[in-house]
Amino acid sequence: MQPTDIRVPDYFHKVVDCQWACPAHTPVPEYIRLIAAGRYSDAYLANWVSNVFPGILGRTCDRPCEPACRRVRVEENNGEKPEPVAICRLKRVAADFKDDIRARLPKPAARKNGKRIACVGAGPASLTVARDLAPLGYHVTVFEADAKAGGFMRTQVPRFRLPEAVIDEEVGYVLGLGVEFCGGSRIDSMKALLAEGYDAVFVGCGAPRGRDLDLPGRREAAAHIHIGIDWLASVYFGHVASVGRRVIVLGGGNTAMDCCRSAKRLGGEDVKVIVRSGFEEMKASPWEKEDAMHEGIPILNYLVPKTFEHVDGRLVGMSFEKVRAEHDAQGRRRLVPTGEPDAFFECDDVLVAVGQENAFPWIERDLGIAFDQGGMPVVDQSTLQSTLPHVLFGGDAAFGPKNIIWAVAHGHEAAVSIDRMLNGEDPRERPAPTTRLISQKMGIHEWSYDNAVSADGRYKVPWAPAEKTLKSVKVEVELGFDAETAFKEAQRCLNCDVQTVFSREACIECDACVDICPMDCITFTKNGEEAELRTRLHAPALNLAQDLYVSGELKTGRVMVKDEDVCLHCGLCAERCPTGAWDMRKFVIEMTHAGPGCRDRAARKDAA
Amino acid sequence: MTYIAKPGLHHPTLPKNALCYTRRDYEGKVSTLCAGCGHDSISAAIIQACWELAIEPHRLAKLSGIGCSSKTPDYFLGNSHGFNTVHGRMPSVLTGANLANRELLYLGVSGDGDSASIGIGQFVHAIRRGVNMVYIVENNGVYGLTKGQFSATADQGSVSKRGVVNTDNPIDMVGLALQLGASFVARSFSGDKQQLVPLIKAAIAHRGAAFIDVISPCVAFNNHAGSTKSYDYVREHNEAVNRLDVISAREAIGVDYAEGELAEVRQHDGSVLRLRKLHADYDPGDRIAAMNYVHAHQVRGEIVTGLLYLDPDPHDLHEHLNTVATPFNALGAEALCPGAATLEQINASLR
Repeated sequence: MQPTDIRVPDYFHKVVDCQWACPAHTPVPEYIRLIAAGRYSDAYLANWVSNVFPGILGRTCDRPCEPACRRVRVEENNGEKPEPVAICRLKRVAADFKDDIRARLPKPAARKNGKRIACVGAGPASLTVARDLAPLGYHVTVFEADAKAGGFMRTQVPRFRLPEAVIDEEVGYVLGLGVEFCGGSRIDSMKALLAEGYDAVFVGCGAPRGRDLDLPGRREAAAHIHIGIDWLASVYFGHVASVGRRVIVLGGGNTAMDCCRSAKRLGGEDVKVIVRSGFEEMKASPWEKEDAMHEGIPILNYLVPKTFEHVDGRLVGMSFEKVRAEHDAQGRRRLVPTGEPDAFFECDDVLVAVGQENAFPWIERDLGIAFDQGGMPVVDQSTLQSTLPHVLFGGDAAFGPKNIIWAVAHGHEAAVSIDRMLNGEDPRERPAPTTRLISQKMGIHEWSYDNAVSADGRYKVPWAPAEKTLKSVKVEVELGFDAETAFKEAQRCLNCDVQTVFSREACIECDACVDICPMDCITFTKNGEEAELRTRLHAPALNLAQDLYVSGELKTGRVMVKDEDVCLHCGLCAERCPTGAWDMRKFVIEMTHAGPGCRDRAARKDAA
Repeated sequence: MTYIAKPGLHHPTLPKNALCYTRRDYEGKVSTLCAGCGHDSISAAIIQACWELAIEPHRLAKLSGIGCSSKTPDYFLGNSHGFNTVHGRMPSVLTGANLANRELLYLGVSGDGDSASIGIGQFVHAIRRGVNMVYIVENNGVYGLTKGQFSATADQGSVSKRGVVNTDNPIDMVGLALQLGASFVARSFSGDKQQLVPLIKAAIAHRGAAFIDVISPCVAFNNHAGSTKSYDYVREHNEAVNRLDVISAREAIGVDYAEGELAEVRQHDGSVLRLRKLHADYDPGDRIAAMNYVHAHQVRGEIVTGLLYLDPDPHDLHEHLNTVATPFNALGAEALCPGAATLEQINASLR
């Protein structure tokens, strides 16, 4: 193998699994250390820079970081069930315990640059674009059909998961940057909007149409069949205050989980979730399924909806075909009827949460904005531009339903595109992030991070008593960690951003690092091809998603090979190294956000 | 000292031996030696060897004297018996323990100061009596704990860290062991675990006095140009005469070497030592030839390593003295102290 080039920004970025997995690349270990140090405001701001909505995400994020967390791999075969660090809930800790940080936020631009940006929809994607561009002097106008900003976060995510005060606060931070907000003004025509001469238009209107189920009886029993996301919005607006005693929720995503838990609070005594395929295949996050089941909501699987049964125009129940999963030679899963009699479940209301669709009836098709056959806009994956270059799409509006953190990531990228475009630069060129490596050495065996590895298992977030939470749709269920538990959970973080950096010139091949490494990550051996090298390391390197760190040739003709997979970042290799060939260095990566940093280097120099 | 304890977490695929222990279960406390000390590598090799042999930790006793080397038993086999003796007195305590209970495995760990200076009288007698033990000397040529004065094994002409040339003749521990009749003699290097681990395994399986001289660079005081016990010097001058594989009685023996390259020696416990010759003219079965070979190469500045001598049919102290096989702790008071009448009888028989 060629020696690893650690100057490539992606190399060490990938080692920080959580940050790499986060679409917005939030510096997770950094903010977790700040929480452990009690510096909640600093932790909040580290988040805010990356993901704009720490308090909201700390309660609702889809947490791509947690399945990626190294702690899961490290705890495997080391005791009880492997669990990631509770990254998401620690984010909430930062939001809960911070001081008033308003003075530390950017100020509205003192001088406008004369460029006008329109954002359609006031969800996380649009608000991120606004936050990134407004302080630079852009005049950003956000149009929203509802009276208040927040989009899906406000109208669909139930209040027992996300209190409105948190939304008000964090949306307020963005709107406070000198952003013009036009609430209650739905955009009905892209043509008309473009005619107003905006320099760029960002479409962040989400995927607002809930998919329906066109089954026999749908029309006849329509009064008691509701589309999930519309029903949730009605609950938010107070149009719906109760539901039947027996409720069936169709669908296996997070919206279905929000529906069933809301129904339970609005008078549903017998609420059940019914899904077509297997429990394991459900799209909902595992923790959301757990939360629903914890509240006494059963999830029944392998039942394909067949008919809405009704008597005299009144819904009485639903029948389902029983199926089982079969895999063909290609490994594709098919649902095959078992041949058993259909299952019938009585119910008073059905909530249909079987997916969301994008809908752009308000974008005229003759504007030069191309749409594909599925009715989705043709959008460049990296610049988020449509075929009309100054119209950009982001969030669910761009590539279909995802989640808040992806919307934020799109917002950042779109802001970079707009900023480059309006400065006369090609948005297809994306400046690489800047990185730094900072030694953490303080003394012979002292580091500026806690390198001792906690043996604790994951801490559970306490819940408010069920008799209280199940009575109202507005009482928040999770209470959040207290400071003491947050510290202990924070100590479970392995500080994966503190990198093991090897210098070939200093190594005397004494084996001290090999002997001390608790995870057998380090091997000194003859070089070879990667596939073959992986098999003959101190411990086999079976996780191909994790890189090998390979040095140049050493004095004995061997190379140092480190498998990054399960490294604890405990720094013992560096502590036991007599020559400082190993050092623990904090890897800081600054993602390219809109502003001077995203412009071409030559142009920046000219400006200076 | 702000060393953290080595985390208890281990690699998810860490294998277990026949006793269901992982290698980590054979570790001790975290080392307090200088970073990069060769002794730590030897500790790691001992851990590896004991894990591979699936030794029950309570069946082994580790004994040591004083010095950097003699601190190391704290850093391996944390669940085994241990005895830290007065400086240089490990061999006699080990001999006594062995006489009292021959059912344990005895691992003596010592250094060049402990064994070649203050304890040399003890060392030579334990060897010549044929005590059934593994005697490892962690040989770095300097007194590390007292800041790097030459020890008795430092080569004549080698230079100290401060530039002083050693004028005294060195004591050759391997030469002594061969001459005094050790039935297993080896030399190795802390920086070569592939060689060292099988040697330790073979020594543990050997029923007699097994001596291993392990050159172990002192990174703090003896790892500079002019030293003959530095990592670089030993790597450049290392002449391995053979490579050893230890095949336990349970494993099938496959042949993958050409005839004549390989010598196999069956041990008492059924295991087989397979020696791959690296020097065609070297015969580890010939004690006199071994002595000559080691000395001839030493004169040329080469460090001969490998299994240097093996008596496949060794005898030990218990055999010489015709002692009772049962450990004292299992004999009972009556057998151990048979009373005045028996003593009278014995005395009478000697008159």
